[in-house]
Amino acid sequence: MTIQVRNLCKAFGDFVALDDVSLEVPGGELVALLGPSGSGKTTLLRIIAGLEPADRGAIFFQGEDATSTPVRERQVGFVFQHYALFRHMSVFENVAFGLRVRPKAARPSEAEIRDTVMGLLELVQLDVLARRRPSELSGGQRQRVALARALAVKPRVLLLDEPFGALDAKVRKELRRWLRRLHEEAHVTSVLVTHDQEEALEVSDRVVIMNDGRVEQSGTPEEVYDHPATPFVYGFLGDVNLFHGRVGGGRVSIGRGTLDAPEWAGAEEQAAVVYVRTHDVELAASPAGAASLEAVVRRVRAYGPLVRVELDLVEGGRSIEAHIPRARCERLALARGRRLFVSPVNPRIFAEPA
Amino acid sequence: MRHKSRSVLPGFGVSLGITCTYLSLMVLLPLATVFTRSAELSWPEFWSTVTSPRVVASFRVTFGASLAAALVNSVFGFLVAWVLVRYRFAGRRVLDAMVDLPFALPTAVAGIALTTLYAANGWVGKYLQPLGIKVSYTWLGITVALIFIGLPFVVRTVQPVLDDLELEVEEAAASLGARRWQTFTRVVLPSVAPALLTGFALAFARAIGEYGSVVFIAGNMPMRTEIVPLLIITKLEQYDYAGATAVAVVMLVASFSLLLTINLLQRAARRRVEA
Amino acid sequence: MATIAITRPAGAAPPAIRRATGESPAVRRVLTGLALAFLGLTLVLPLVLVLHEALAKGFAAYLAAIREPDALSAARLTLLIAGVAVPVNLVFGVAAAWCIAKFEFRGKSLLITLIDLPFAVSPVISGMIFVLLFGAHGWFGAWLADHDVRIVFAVPGMVLATTFVTSPLIARELIPLMQEQGSDQEEAAIVLGARGWQTFWRVTLPNIKWGLLYGLILCNARAMGEFGAVSVVSGHIRGETNTLPLHVEILYNEYSFAASFAVASLLTLLALVTLALKTAVEWQQRRQALEGAETSVPTERIAA
Repeated sequence: MTIQVRNLCKAFGDFVALDDVSLEVPGGELVALLGPSGSGKTTLLRIIAGLEPADRGAIFFQGEDATSTPVRERQVGFVFQHYALFRHMSVFENVAFGLRVRPKAARPSEAEIRDTVMGLLELVQLDVLARRRPSELSGGQRQRVALARALAVKPRVLLLDEPFGALDAKVRKELRRWLRRLHEEAHVTSVLVTHDQEEALEVSDRVVIMNDGRVEQSGTPEEVYDHPATPFVYGFLGDVNLFHGRVGGGRVSIGRGTLDAPEWAGAEEQAAVVYVRTHDVELAASPAGAASLEAVVRRVRAYGPLVRVELDLVEGGRSIEAHIPRARCERLALARGRRLFVSPVNPRIFAEPA
Repeated sequence: MRHKSRSVLPGFGVSLGITCTYLSLMVLLPLATVFTRSAELSWPEFWSTVTSPRVVASFRVTFGASLAAALVNSVFGFLVAWVLVRYRFAGRRVLDAMVDLPFALPTAVAGIALTTLYAANGWVGKYLQPLGIKVSYTWLGITVALIFIGLPFVVRTVQPVLDDLELEVEEAAASLGARRWQTFTRVVLPSVAPALLTGFALAFARAIGEYGSVVFIAGNMPMRTEIVPLLIITKLEQYDYAGATAVAVVMLVASFSLLLTINLLQRAARRRVEA
Repeated sequence: MATIAITRPAGAAPPAIRRATGESPAVRRVLTGLALAFLGLTLVLPLVLVLHEALAKGFAAYLAAIREPDALSAARLTLLIAGVAVPVNLVFGVAAAWCIAKFEFRGKSLLITLIDLPFAVSPVISGMIFVLLFGAHGWFGAWLADHDVRIVFAVPGMVLATTFVTSPLIARELIPLMQEQGSDQEEAAIVLGARGWQTFWRVTLPNIKWGLLYGLILCNARAMGEFGAVSVVSGHIRGETNTLPLHVEILYNEYSFAASFAVASLLTLLALVTLALKTAVEWQQRRQALEGAETSVPTERIAA
């Protein structure tokens, strides 16, 4: 089922949580709403769920206006950050709740409820814990119960509000993969709110990046990562170095180094900000062309497959970070105080906001 | 009151409706009668009623004994809270539960028990008698009853604050060279002070209105051991409704100012904690 | 390079920490002794005295005192008053806690203050206001006299005064509890299709049941034990408008001390049960809080 959000606005007092937000979630896809805290992503999710009314704008489920449909009738599954499990009920009863509260005519028989619940508990691999109370479960297990509970009512849409936010890093990674597999089996249209870029890029079919109540960019993980539309997106996804320079006439100059900037060929010279990913910084013992900037190694952290090198630019005094393969690091014999030449690759240039 | 719809939960209108209706009919309307009835008196009449010697004497007894009791409770209530939070000893949990006894025990029962205890031949009174200390039927007796009534207010406001006090702060003070007593007076006491002040005000507010536990032990001698609530009852029994309302207005104004002070104190304390 | 000397108090780490933040054993003992002596004198001794005096004339006299017709009628009236005041305040308390804890609206803190107001009013004045309203010279006095309805110096007035005095108790118990629990679980229930009542009965109520139970018991204890307010509006007619606390007073003033303390011991028992229940409730809540806190228990790996 597709979800369309049109021109949504929402303010809490003076705080503008959503400022004219529009987006589309294609049926069967898993879309991540990604942004820093306060960017409005959770508010958007709660409005889609019907937990919060919008000030303006509309929501369509499968082309049908659902803006004023009460939450109970929207048939959404909602997974809360802090699980919101019913503490006084067993795992089984938690999952069965949505079926049990149906009006008599629509309520499944006891046997059907049993089958549905146990089927779901098997799916989330908690069937052996059906009689436990939520308090007897770990955080990861609780969140899987919450997911099973949301799925029990056969929702048309699954909405997840930072579902793994309260878990530790390792459990989070496992649950993330598991959620992706679950989605591939069930194919329920899903919206996931997260502030963790890695999570968003790994799990989702599409990523919607939000900032200050607005959508900055949306697209597949590859699109948003490789072609960030705005400086914000560039800075938010992945580690990045930032240079101030001047751009114009097809070239950008950073200090004494210059780089080609063909897309700025016709532009007048102006101040610019140049973004370069940390793994797009090449290090060399001697200057390699016009782009090279001289720098001094300040710190080398050599764990994992990539070596993280912090450098101070000789000119301008800025420090930058480069992630280079281990073998390259050994060849350069990097150590504190070593003088090197830095050349940015794949720079992304934005005009400096006046 | 406008509902800033931030919740999908039902029942806001119904529950707010019940609450406001109930409060208006059951609390506000009856309390308003005190003020409207007292308005039937002219200002000079009102003034002469509340400044007549017997009324002034009862104010002095009530406010004096309440102040003394609240002060005693501030000291011992703090001590009890400290010991209950910081030390472990047999029977601690039972004592902790017992602190609420004055909340739960009917005041009349407390009144007759304390009177019997402190009478000249009572369990405590017989030891005080030879020392020339008379408690029952004196100002001292009133204070004793008010100490009993006010104790839980001080303990229960100070206790959670002491509980939340980070040991690290005291450890930091000690690591910086403070002696235990210095740590207490410069670090612990200032953090607990707002709660202690609130507890004091709560105990005082409760004491000035107290009737049941005091009336047995007080002796009720006009001009000497007559408390304000008793004076109000006496005036009501003499059908002096105007006089009773006039005195009641003074008491209500005092109580409400105290309530306001307590609210402000608690708000200030909360702001300090959050800052 | 300058060296910074870190001086530590002598001794290994744990005892040093204890020494830094604790008092010496002697001081501890003195403070504990003082606190115990104070509590013993103010709380324990009166309690023991009530039970001792109640049985001063033997168990037979004790039974006779509490089985006497006037005592029984006082007990019946006490039960009747509590039987009205407690349910009424239950409805009010739940409604007030629901709108205050689950919704945001302007004037909320004013509302909370108004709920607390009866606490600030002397019991005597709490009784008096109903005399001013319904007494012979009161606002509704003439109308009531015309229709031959007696409210003050009769049972209805005693019920009203008791309800007024005990009105904040259940609300006060529930508001912080429900505020702390938030609305997550209720929202989850609504998303899953539950209706308002279903949400309240199946989700909210089970979560607040312990606090609610304590509120009920405390409200009940205070309703049964209310003295000052009831005293003002009671007709003080034995067998008709006497509650247990008023009966205690009458017996005491007649120098029937043993009988007076016998009846008082019943009320004391009620108070002790209330305290025991409160302790149990707090224990339950602490357990729940602890359960809620432990979220980072290591999970077993999810099989691929």
